[in-house]
Amino acid sequence: GICNGETVSVIIVLMQEVTATSRHYVDRLFDPDPQKVLQGVIDMKNAVIGNNKQKANLIVLGAVPRLLYLLQQSSSSLELRTECSVVLGSLAMGTENNIKSLVDCHIIPALLQGLLCPDLIFIEACLRCLRTVFISPVTPVQLTSTIFDIPCLISKTQEYITQIFSHCCKVFTPEHQTVLFNHGAIQNIAPLLISPSYKVRMQALKCFSVLAYENTQVSMTLVNVLVDGELLSQVFVRMMQRDQPIEMQLTAAKCLTYMCRAGAIRTDDSCVVLKTLPCLVRMCSKEHLLEERVEGAETLAYLMEPDVELQRIASTTDHLVAMLADYFKYPSSVSAITDIKRLDHDLKHAHELRQAAFKLYASLGSNDEDIRKKITETENMMDRIVSGLSESSIKVRLAAVRCLHSLSRSVQQLRTSFHDHAVWKPLMKLLQNAPDEVLVMASSTLCNLLLEFSPSKEPILESGVIELLCSLTQSDSPALRVNGIWALMNMAFQADQKVKGEIVRCLGTEQLFRLLSDPDTNVLMKTLGLLRNLLSTRPHIDQIMSSHGKQIMQAVTLILEAEHSIEVKEQTLCILANIADGNTAKELIMTNDDMLQKIKYYMGHSNVKLQLAATFCISNLIWNEEDGSQERQDKLREMGFVDILHKLTQASDPNLSDRAKTAMQQYLA
Amino acid sequence: MSGQSSGCGFLMSVVVHGDSVLNEQEKELNQRLRRLYPAVNENETPLPRSWSPKDKFSYIGLSQNNLRVHYKGMTPRHTQAASRVLLLHRYMGIGLSAQGVNMNRLPGWDKHSYGYHGDDGHSFCSSGTGQPYGPTFTTGDVIGCCVNLINNTCFYTKNGHSLGNDLRQQSQYPNLYPTVGLQTPGEVVDANFGQHPFVFDIEDYMREWRTKIQAQIDRFPIGEREGEWQSMIQKMVASYLVHHSYCATAEAFAKSTDQAVHEELASIKNRQKIQKLVLSGRMGEAIETTQQLYPNLLERNPDLLFMLKVRQFIEMVNGTDSEVRCLGGRSPKSQDSYPGSPRPFSSPSHKASSSQPYLPGFDSNCCNGVTSNKSHSSSPHSHKPCPPGSGSTLPASDISLNGSRSQQPISSSDVDMEVDHFTNGVTESSSNGFLNGSSKHATEPDDCDADMEVESAQSKRQLCGGSQAAIERMIHFGRELQSMSEHLRRECGKNSANKKMLKDAFSLLAYSDPWNSPVGYQLDAIQREPVCSTLNSAILETHNLPKQPPLAQAVGQAAQCLAIMARTGSGSCAFASVDDYLH
Repeated sequence: GICNGETVSVIIVLMQEVTATSRHYVDRLFDPDPQKVLQGVIDMKNAVIGNNKQKANLIVLGAVPRLLYLLQQSSSSLELRTECSVVLGSLAMGTENNIKSLVDCHIIPALLQGLLCPDLIFIEACLRCLRTVFISPVTPVQLTSTIFDIPCLISKTQEYITQIFSHCCKVFTPEHQTVLFNHGAIQNIAPLLISPSYKVRMQALKCFSVLAYENTQVSMTLVNVLVDGELLSQVFVRMMQRDQPIEMQLTAAKCLTYMCRAGAIRTDDSCVVLKTLPCLVRMCSKEHLLEERVEGAETLAYLMEPDVELQRIASTTDHLVAMLADYFKYPSSVSAITDIKRLDHDLKHAHELRQAAFKLYASLGSNDEDIRKKITETENMMDRIVSGLSESSIKVRLAAVRCLHSLSRSVQQLRTSFHDHAVWKPLMKLLQNAPDEVLVMASSTLCNLLLEFSPSKEPILESGVIELLCSLTQSDSPALRVNGIWALMNMAFQADQKVKGEIVRCLGTEQLFRLLSDPDTNVLMKTLGLLRNLLSTRPHIDQIMSSHGKQIMQAVTLILEAEHSIEVKEQTLCILANIADGNTAKELIMTNDDMLQKIKYYMGHSNVKLQLAATFCISNLIWNEEDGSQERQDKLREMGFVDILHKLTQASDPNLSDRAKTAMQQYLA
Repeated sequence: MSGQSSGCGFLMSVVVHGDSVLNEQEKELNQRLRRLYPAVNENETPLPRSWSPKDKFSYIGLSQNNLRVHYKGMTPRHTQAASRVLLLHRYMGIGLSAQGVNMNRLPGWDKHSYGYHGDDGHSFCSSGTGQPYGPTFTTGDVIGCCVNLINNTCFYTKNGHSLGNDLRQQSQYPNLYPTVGLQTPGEVVDANFGQHPFVFDIEDYMREWRTKIQAQIDRFPIGEREGEWQSMIQKMVASYLVHHSYCATAEAFAKSTDQAVHEELASIKNRQKIQKLVLSGRMGEAIETTQQLYPNLLERNPDLLFMLKVRQFIEMVNGTDSEVRCLGGRSPKSQDSYPGSPRPFSSPSHKASSSQPYLPGFDSNCCNGVTSNKSHSSSPHSHKPCPPGSGSTLPASDISLNGSRSQQPISSSDVDMEVDHFTNGVTESSSNGFLNGSSKHATEPDDCDADMEVESAQSKRQLCGGSQAAIERMIHFGRELQSMSEHLRRECGKNSANKKMLKDAFSLLAYSDPWNSPVGYQLDAIQREPVCSTLNSAILETHNLPKQPPLAQAVGQAAQCLAIMARTGSGSCAFASVDDYLH
């Protein structure tokens, strides 16, 4: 006990000493002799460097307001004012709490005011401090935009200001973009694009690339901005000229890409087709730095993602598809032997390169069958995807599965290369334990692999995938729920009794009906699709309806009564038609007058698709060659269905009138 | 000026057709070609401007000033190679080939022939089997071809997009012509050799290479040993100053860079004095001073003396020579206003080197565009552009095939198109853009004469300054010159240069206003410079000093090297001009 007490007292004494020296520094700031104040500030500067505790002490003891006072006093010497801003900058370099205290003391307006001083050294010190404050995450973004309150920025400071912005840009959010936009960032930064200083031009360009990213408002404004009488997009095009530094070409291409993706520039605009796209393809070439190649490929992937024409052009430009194969050759065997530094560099970028290449392949192959074929025929492509799926880097895994997903849209590839390389195996492994974003892509790919014509369907079924898919349907993410149920739907298509039973057993009727009330329409549609696939071929229909008939009929009733889209209702009526095709299942409808009334209603609906589905249902019920068809025909005639059918034979839609005529014949026979 | 005459030869064909619109197009074409091929001297190696009506198979027809090619074979001929997929695809090839290859085949199938074919997108390299290269192409597509002579690569473009280097087409054969082959009746191909802007941004591509080459030059490693490079530069500068008799500057420079001057100061001053006299037009005094200071110099060089005397005659006509000035009642002292500074690099020897023709460099032939209309099978026929002139060799061409679309669909019934056979290759009528020594001077501001009496004479110029006595003196001097010329001929034999010099000088008298006559250029003060330089060199030679400063020699040599590079087809010289480094 005694020992502990001593230690504590020693610490207290130490603390007091520290505070006492700190107090001394602060006291000196109030000396009537300006020379002594200056010396005090200089000593303080030396005392706080790298000493977070000292910084905290000084802030607690109220040094900040006094320093700010001295900094703003026009009676202070320039030297003193400069030293004050240096100390403040040093304090800002400490903890986030320090920044908060400084901001609370209104350091920003004081420093901004300092920028109006003609002395460059002072301005520089102010700006350095401002930059530290601005790039801190604790500084509210609204304050950042106050930089535009400075009426005129002298040329020397433009560089610092734009630097501040490109620093800020790293932590930009849509909120930042909007605040800066509202404060006139575009009008303020645009003239800097034609500054004589390369650094300023470059920083301004970077600002625009960050401001425009996924921001329609900013992008739409940018297209109309004139810089010295020239449209901004033309300024960017000039910056992409092939004799400009690569950094500038690349950033200008990013700006135009973001403006295009935000809808401000058409994808068939020549500045996109003939300038931005070729520039980005060039960036992917071997002669550039690895970082540039990564950025070039990622930006290009983003640019052409939604446009098949751009994908087609890129796929034939400068052998891009073959060029990307080089992205997988790092670290190269040469670099390992020759130069340890290079090996290190290559290793560091290898993951980035691979994921960028996968992304670009994914984008290239997302629509065009010929391009997909070209990609899969690239050297070792499928092997690379397969090994990419199990890489340690999550970024690479995600990009690889995106690429696989893109290629899986091809019937031909599903039938050939996908099967030859057994891509389903690593894919299944990936599905076992992965973050949601990977799961979404992987399960979506799995959906395609489970299509009826895919030879991978059999082995996947045997690997026990049903449980996994059923668990996906319980996910919080709508995308995962859709993919899970979609995969099950594909799986159930023309499946045998065993598989269907397995699906129903594993999913459980409770979950099935929960999915039928899912807030996501896609989930509902695919669940109905699953039901429809389960309820095909007569023995299957009768079997499932005998065990789950009541719930299914209930669910169908609920959906038909609720507010749903035409597509949902149509799908539901198709399920009903399938039920009507069963031997014993028919009775579930025939004995349900309410349901029959609903069918009648939809036969007279204004939408032809619904009329057709409902008529199909009735047609199944009155089909002649089946047991009890006479009774059913009589009952339905009594309910007035014959009149409706008769009317429908006159329908303008040929399918509908044919269907109605076929049904009428059942009565005539 | 052989360039002009050969250019006129080409221009004739255009004039015959009397198409003034075409003239405008030609002008644009020439301007574009000059930009695209900065180092090509078309006097030596003309660029293609249209297809050659001679180098083609008979089934090929030409129209639209030999820019449109069409296939006019009526019945499809089935050759082995042609019978494959003709109903589905256009059989059409674009490429390069040497002169004399079989014109009955698509480019790429034979030796010294390369091609990119539209039906399968394959590249053919002197072989009947192609390799996958790019996309297929068909009606409406614009296909271009570019050969880069810097890294010896070739790539094709489709609708303005580069398809990437064709690795199999490393063009080691310098004499390749743009070629197109067709074999489908009704097929039409329009070519663009530079008549229109290219769809592919070739200018941007050139910018990149220009930057690369210039960076290479800037980064070229120089003298490893410390100070060596610097002292060499200093020596060159010092010798240049001495050569042109900038006494004070030379002295100060030598002192501050710690160098020895290899000529006595007095000697430099003497030369400076003589040069000043020549450059201010006081030839009589210049000759006299030379004779005094260098007693035997002119006796030993009768041709030089003759040249000086002829110049003196011209200056008499001009009214600037001391002899006529005295008679004109003006003080010879007042004219000492010529700054006396010879222009940089104006020595005749340098002039000779820089007037060497500059040659090709980067791209050369631009042609093309493809439009096809009909698909029926038939056999392939190739067609090449105008051979640039008999026996001339095309500089290992950069062919930038590119094209424009033809919008006229041609049905199979009217395949039999009219064929116009005419040539319209046109060469630039002015010299090809590279300035040689003299023309460069002509463009410089004429500051030297700024405040001489000559200026006042220019406003109201009169023969020999307007004095009758002076005219008589001039005529008398002319007679002396004539007899001197005859004497020279007897002593030393015929000298056509001397004869022409004298004839040109005397011609001045044939005009009432010599200054505005076709031979009036002789009166220009700029013409004193070569005379001055020749005299200076002759004096230096007697002192065993180089007649040309090393700096000028280095510049001349660099220019000469570039010319040789151009002739041997080394492409990078297109982006390296000595002038870029003379500020």
